[in-house]
Amino acid sequence: MTPLIEARDVSHSFIIGRGPFARKRLLHAVVGVNLTVRKGEVLGLVGESGSGKTTLGRMLLGLIAPSSGRIRVGDMDLADINRKALARRIQPVFQDPYSSLNPRKRVVSIVALPLAVLGIGTVNERRAKAIAMLERVGLLPRYADVYPSELSGGQRQRVAIARALVIEPDIVLLDEPTSALDVSVQAQILNLLTDIKRDLGLTYIFISHNLAVIEHVATQVAVMYLGRIVETADRETIFRGPRHPYTKALLASVLTPEPGLGVPDIGLGLAFPNPLDPPTGCPFHPRCTESGPRCRVEVPRVVRDERGLVACHLHDGGVRMVS
Amino acid sequence: MAPLLDVEGLVVDIAVHSGALHAVRDVSFQVDRGETLCLVGESGCGKTMTALALMGLLPSAARRRVRRLAFQGESLATAAADRMASLRGHRMVMVFQEPMTALNPAYTIGNQLAEGHRRHLGSSRLVARERAVELLEKLGVNAASERLRQYPHQLSGGLRQRVMIAMALMCAPSLLIADEPTTALDVTVQAQILRLLIELQRDFGIGILLITHDLGVVARVAHRVAVMYAGEIVESGTTAAVFAAPRHPYTRGLMTSIPVPGQTPPGGRLGAIPGIVPSLIGEMRGCAFRDRCAHALTICTAPVAWRAEENHGWRCVLSPSPAHAEVA
Repeated sequence: MTPLIEARDVSHSFIIGRGPFARKRLLHAVVGVNLTVRKGEVLGLVGESGSGKTTLGRMLLGLIAPSSGRIRVGDMDLADINRKALARRIQPVFQDPYSSLNPRKRVVSIVALPLAVLGIGTVNERRAKAIAMLERVGLLPRYADVYPSELSGGQRQRVAIARALVIEPDIVLLDEPTSALDVSVQAQILNLLTDIKRDLGLTYIFISHNLAVIEHVATQVAVMYLGRIVETADRETIFRGPRHPYTKALLASVLTPEPGLGVPDIGLGLAFPNPLDPPTGCPFHPRCTESGPRCRVEVPRVVRDERGLVACHLHDGGVRMVS
Repeated sequence: MAPLLDVEGLVVDIAVHSGALHAVRDVSFQVDRGETLCLVGESGCGKTMTALALMGLLPSAARRRVRRLAFQGESLATAAADRMASLRGHRMVMVFQEPMTALNPAYTIGNQLAEGHRRHLGSSRLVARERAVELLEKLGVNAASERLRQYPHQLSGGLRQRVMIAMALMCAPSLLIADEPTTALDVTVQAQILRLLIELQRDFGIGILLITHDLGVVARVAHRVAVMYAGEIVESGTTAAVFAAPRHPYTRGLMTSIPVPGQTPPGGRLGAIPGIVPSLIGEMRGCAFRDRCAHALTICTAPVAWRAEENHGWRCVLSPSPAHAEVA
């Protein structure tokens, strides 16, 4: 089966220091990423802030073009698909439901806007479709004509989800969709996302820094560090048998609600490296507890085996120097 | 010995155009030296207002009433503004959630760190600077003396939060009130900052009032926990007792709403709490949670008495709690 999305060796760099006198520097936000998303999967994308999760997401949405590499959507190259055709296949939901909705539009027009942009139906048909979608995400018809400011955070996130779903995309890219919500509301939204995925046969790309949420929703997990994917595997493998030391550290830093266990020492050190001046060799080596001389000079290859992808010398000949 | 902080009957009302918003309703708790009390709840439950009321930092539209407010044995219920100002930043300090808005963008880190030390302890610029470097190093900030010349916008979120914590600790306080200090941070940084707080508490016997919505943080750092809902404490007790047998339906709702690795089946349903928080404006009577509660009875509309066991108390008429009834 053709994957819905396939990224091959995708990179994106930003130029920092625009302006007549500023020294121009390149920030490598995403470096050599390989990714496959198949129908019905939930790909969890995890990593710390600055790891490139959002930049990768924006490339998959076609909002920014890769500096190098190819992204295929279905059997077409993303660069050859026009914006509107791409929007029909992949739709985003963002983190902050306060800034992602136009405060001067009523809820029903916000949800109907994608239909209008794509020229689907008449005004009345669009309105009916939008109201039906609002009901599907758990908002009563009486909310159709209110403004976003009259809604709670959870209700606004439902509006954002309705807007993403109204044109029946194949894929929804969820960028930290519950991070701004209270935990009881987060539970409502996660339940809703699970239900509509099953009912509408959707595929999700779920970006989050919350590993408990990722373990709950994802079927596949990709771990990013400083622009690179350091490990990819299915959920069971990532959470029961992580291989990359960074994945292990991330998992160790999750505080489950179990009293008496204290806060673990994850041994990562405190400094996240400066992305403008990344470390030589393996980008993770300055914080890694298992690094060796080879890690300081040689960038690890991405090794692919039956358990997934991992980019670490420990799993590719060891951390000693290879002469 | 008197507790470090003793609060009884704290009420905060905020004037709004349609009357009074009862942000904090008759809240009582104590914090001992070397102890961490976590105040847990969701947005709008009154936890931040409680903290601001203790610090004397309420917005001007808010009014505070309190039956007893004692800090290190000294009553602060009617303390004058200048007495509060001399305690604030010195003996009792607060760390806010948003380090970017809490730091002044126009002054260097060094300037802001030294200010309180020089003001409260009358120390010289040099002494304050040495103290700042010492604390930043303890908090794992490398090249600390160079950092003092930097401005807040030049630091990452994790570094800013460590600067905020260093600032709070400059004058060796007895009480630290921390409002969601790690919520905006990555999980790896969160774990490290929490470890530092625990270490500092062990070394200096600081009492900590930690405000959070994260039950994982609560379970791992709190000695005792108080759960707030709609301006009231609905359940409190030792962390072990509350997590082992939560008695209030709201506390149980919170605990089942988060996915717990290894316990919640992946992709399964989470125990969402239906409905929304009630309005806190106007007269309130009975249990504020009853409209969202699966076990609500008619008597829940009458005022609910506090029930207490050893190490554990709750405000709910159901007894034994439904959880126990279901098991039995």
